[in-house]
Amino acid sequence: MTRAGRALAVLVVLLVGPGAAVWWLGVRDAPEATDAAAPIPADEARARGAYLAKAGNCVGCHTRRGGATLAGGRAIATPFGTVYASNLTPDAQTGIGLWSADDFWRALHHGRSRDGRLLAPAFPYTSTTRITRADSDALYAWLMSQPPVAQANREPALAWPFGTQAALAFWRALYFRPGVQASDPSQSAQWNRGAYLVQGLAHCVECHGARNALGALKAGGAGGGQLALQEGYAPSLHDRAEAGVADWPLAEIVAFLKTGQSARGHASGPMAEVVLQSTQHLSDADLQAMATYLKALTQVPDAKPSGQATVKPTGAARVQHGARLYEDHCARCHGERGEGVPGAYPALAGNRAVVMAQTTNLVHAVLHGGFAPATAGNPRPFGMPPYVLVLDDADVAAVLTHLRTAWGNAAPEVTELDVNRVRAAQAR
Amino acid sequence: MILGMSRRFATFSFLLQALLVWFLCSGAGAAPRFEDSMAQRVLACTACHGDQGRAGPDGYYPRLAGKPAGYLYHQLLNFRDGRRHYGLMTRMVDPLSDAYLLEIARHFSALELPYPPPAPVTAPPALLRRGEVLARQGDAARGVPACTQCHGTRLTGVTPDIPGLLGLPRDYLNAQLGAWQTQQRRAHAPDCMAQIAGRMDATDVSAVVAWLAAQPVPAPASPAAVMPPTPPGAPRWRCGSAPAVQAAGERP
Repeated sequence: MTRAGRALAVLVVLLVGPGAAVWWLGVRDAPEATDAAAPIPADEARARGAYLAKAGNCVGCHTRRGGATLAGGRAIATPFGTVYASNLTPDAQTGIGLWSADDFWRALHHGRSRDGRLLAPAFPYTSTTRITRADSDALYAWLMSQPPVAQANREPALAWPFGTQAALAFWRALYFRPGVQASDPSQSAQWNRGAYLVQGLAHCVECHGARNALGALKAGGAGGGQLALQEGYAPSLHDRAEAGVADWPLAEIVAFLKTGQSARGHASGPMAEVVLQSTQHLSDADLQAMATYLKALTQVPDAKPSGQATVKPTGAARVQHGARLYEDHCARCHGERGEGVPGAYPALAGNRAVVMAQTTNLVHAVLHGGFAPATAGNPRPFGMPPYVLVLDDADVAAVLTHLRTAWGNAAPEVTELDVNRVRAAQAR
Repeated sequence: MILGMSRRFATFSFLLQALLVWFLCSGAGAAPRFEDSMAQRVLACTACHGDQGRAGPDGYYPRLAGKPAGYLYHQLLNFRDGRRHYGLMTRMVDPLSDAYLLEIARHFSALELPYPPPAPVTAPPALLRRGEVLARQGDAARGVPACTQCHGTRLTGVTPDIPGLLGLPRDYLNAQLGAWQTQQRRAHAPDCMAQIAGRMDATDVSAVVAWLAAQPVPAPASPAAVMPPTPPGAPRWRCGSAPAVQAAGERP
């Protein structure tokens, strides 16, 4: 063999070998034994599937605003472009009418479509892979009992090469391993049920987890995730200073998931949608299980008490301006000293959502206002007006800086840039 | 003695006045107290739509007070379900249930508040005349019914679903007819207002809007309880958001 020939052979081995490995890792279906669960009566399976679909909030993404339920079309924004949720109704042409229970399991568990195509992980199969075969079959039974709706799926609008099968194979080789949730024998049955719901069906980490440059969840679980288009920040479930609930009484965690309301504040933005469409419909036993699991999550060590030293002093004029704006626009409901009104308006003094390092949600609250979710447990919520047309970026920054530094709150200031980032992204 | 009396009286009177002033000041200066009421709940709405839903100052936030409850309810659903488009409204109603939206609609509907006088008329008389003809008689050649055929002879609306057309700013009326023409605003199918607006040209729109915006709101401003009879020979309309329209057309 000539030298050139040898070099070529080495090159081929170097390129083809890893390429084949990546391809194999990306497209293989792990040869897993599916549980041979005893078949349950059809109506029981459908009822269970309906409940599980609530737990997973399938309808939330797979329904367009004002569109037919489960017929897809909702745009899911990602940093790589937009993906449109697919039609899950049993329409033969445009939905999943021709799918078998095996096909459905393959999508949920392996992230592959009926024709074997690799699905974009905007469909959270990194979480749904944990769902058991029995639950997958129940979901399938319920979906197939829904009215079929003819609505063609919309092609994703992803920047090249992110939507290609090669890119997805590569991504999956790095970041996806199919596997049903394993139960942890060292933990209680309740904890295990909670872990299964939180990590599987409810796919909480898909928002509450931080992602790397390729959109894959970083190690460390639900450590806080920024949503695309500045739509919000899903706070860390592992941090007492964010959304960690290690210190909350169990009943309060359950009540929050059931009503969207707690003495500390209420769900808003995307979490309001989760409470409204999903968690408020879950059984008390399942909410207890989720709360047990969430409460037991490891927490990062508390940051040193953020004394005044860490807070950048802002100009006296700005401080006064913020206080005056608060007086004019906020004090009527949130109180002269940020004490709020229990059950109606959250207290701002000592509220961790106010002093959190990430300020996206605070800016949203002021710009867009809004109501707490109207759940069965809190059917007539109070509302806050939007200030997007009333206050400019400097005003919003000043009033938020006031909230974060008054009444014992001690958090860094909010800048005009912080406000503008959210306003500009929303205006697109 | 008399002097003493009058001095004591003067002191007493001064104290009384001081007390009165203190009382008035403290009453007027204190922030409104929290109350567990619908008015408190919908402060998020009245921030833009004006105190008690009297309409915003700039002509873009329409009055809510006294409009038919069914009409208001349908608009809230339309914003939530993407048939009407205004981002702030959509965010506002997104997390609310049908039952609560209906309660909010009924709250505003039940408020009886006086209307301000219409803005001074600036439109040319010929345009206003054309507007009045359209509003009261329609344009049979184009298949445009009179506004009064559905919105009531007094144009104050018909309960429960049809809104009044008076007391609305010109900019708002213009924007709505335009939005119907471009299908930015939609209602439940069959969308009769989209069909009607589609048959009007730009002059028709500006004429009828100018005339409507120039009319004072009659007292009482409450919507009529029943639909006016459909004029003989007039085409029947079906409106998804107002079933009474079709029923009126079918009356013998």
